[in-house]
Amino acid sequence: MIEIRNVSKTFNTSGGPVDALKNVNLSIEDGDIFGIIGMSGAGKSTLVRCINMLERPTEGQIMVDNVDLGSLSVKELRAQRHDITMIFQGFNLLMQKTCLKNVMFPLELQGVKKAEAKKKALELLDIVGLLDKAKAYPAQLSGGQQQRVAIARAMTTNPKVLLCDEATSALDPNTTNSILELIKDLNKRLGITVVVITHQMSVVESICRHVAILDHGVVVEQGAVEDVFAHPKSDAAKNLVFPEGKTQVLNVGNQAEHFIRVVYNGANAAGRPMIARLAIEKGIEANISYASTKGISGKAFGTILLSISGTDSDVKDAIEYLTQEPGIEAEEVQVNVC
Amino acid sequence: MFADLFNPETLQEAWEIICTEFPLALWETFYVTVLATAFAIIIGLPLGILVVVGEKGGVLPIPRWILSVVNFIINVMRSIPFLILMILVFPLTRALIGTTIGTVASIVPLVIAAFPFVARLVEGCLREVNPNIIEMAQSTGASPLQIICKVMLPESVPSLISNFTVAITTILGYSAMSGIIGGGGLGKIAINYGYYRYKYLVMFLAVIVLVILVQVFQTVGTRLAVNTDKRLKNQAGRRHRDQAE
Repeated sequence: MIEIRNVSKTFNTSGGPVDALKNVNLSIEDGDIFGIIGMSGAGKSTLVRCINMLERPTEGQIMVDNVDLGSLSVKELRAQRHDITMIFQGFNLLMQKTCLKNVMFPLELQGVKKAEAKKKALELLDIVGLLDKAKAYPAQLSGGQQQRVAIARAMTTNPKVLLCDEATSALDPNTTNSILELIKDLNKRLGITVVVITHQMSVVESICRHVAILDHGVVVEQGAVEDVFAHPKSDAAKNLVFPEGKTQVLNVGNQAEHFIRVVYNGANAAGRPMIARLAIEKGIEANISYASTKGISGKAFGTILLSISGTDSDVKDAIEYLTQEPGIEAEEVQVNVC
Repeated sequence: MFADLFNPETLQEAWEIICTEFPLALWETFYVTVLATAFAIIIGLPLGILVVVGEKGGVLPIPRWILSVVNFIINVMRSIPFLILMILVFPLTRALIGTTIGTVASIVPLVIAAFPFVARLVEGCLREVNPNIIEMAQSTGASPLQIICKVMLPESVPSLISNFTVAITTILGYSAMSGIIGGGGLGKIAINYGYYRYKYLVMFLAVIVLVILVQVFQTVGTRLAVNTDKRLKNQAGRRHRDQAE
């Protein structure tokens, strides 16, 4: 279990001190896939580097299995890093070494015998599906293949925790999915705890069970992925969950006076013509300004932004009508907030 | 000056000098250059590594004043003209070799002149190593020494080779100058016969042989650098296919 307790990190730059992290508290359970999401500059990369002490927190503690990493000696910390491995956006393979040598690298550092290291490395290359590329050099591989080699390398020391720092940000959508599937599979098979740093909603949706939203160095929301995504409270969360919202609303024009955001849980509401019935039964015409459905953790979720050019009471009626349905939530929202 | 360059008498004379003097001179130039480069690398490589890894935020930070002193020494030694340096290091040469004159003795000033140069070249090579790869090594639990030996140096082998090629050709040029203090080699022949005894044809020929030598070093060095570089897709691809066949 990873516990991040009151962690702050301040960088002293030439332009004065910069607070990259402010009093961050998180706990990540063993075997979880935990997403940390935020815009560029939110402090995600700093936070993940605090977990393996590549960056030392200015304040606070990082506890891994009840060991305070800050209290470890340099040597103990290096040993700890065999248990907490990392993959990167840029793959960071040794370009002058073959894939096999790259995967053997962590074992070589530990002084494991060559034959043994080779056996383990080949096993892992097989797991990531690149056994035939053992003798190839990274420059000969595609981005996705390079990341697979990097994952194999990160797994050689049988780590307890895998940190993924924007691991799929440099990859195309299909390759991203295959890499995420691989990580999910490793998590399922080996029970490894995965911490995923990303700015992509889709990544969190497809593999994470828990998520924390980081905004300007502060954790603004955290919890189970479906909860956070179904009811985003903070502006940062809303921006991430409905990135299209703003532009769509602007296109609606100015006749609409009210906007209602409807969030529904697919288990109960899917397939019912709610909007049509709203018009038939209540006589309220609603225009769909934006709609999106997503599968999150096996459940379907949908968000609809309705614009209604009626009176305040129409809006109230509409919200009342919609929220009668189980699993549906509706609230009036401001245009610029979505 | 060049009027009688090609009259039969001059040609005859030049041919005799070439036959009697050139083989030994070529050999002297060659081994002085190679030995001086080797020693310059032995001293310059660790210094270059130190300057990169020892700085603040480096892999193995050392006290700032040590770094400043090292940098200062390198800069001072690089500023001294080689001709003056040869004379300045006479005491050191005498202490090491026993004499200040002769081919072997000329290796000492060459090494002294070349190692700060090599240190700067090595510094440049190591700074080119992708910092993200160094971060990867740190996150994998590598010690500073492991990062230097297993990451920084292996990753920069191709650029080290091409920079050492630059060093060896520069040292070759310097070694020709050491003819002045009695160092042997093609430089000595060019100066003694060509300059002092007005045998310009011999001088030109010595220069041509030096040019050929530089060409050989450069070609071999470039080819080695390209062949060792696995970042070059086609090169690596070809090699990979070759192995498969």
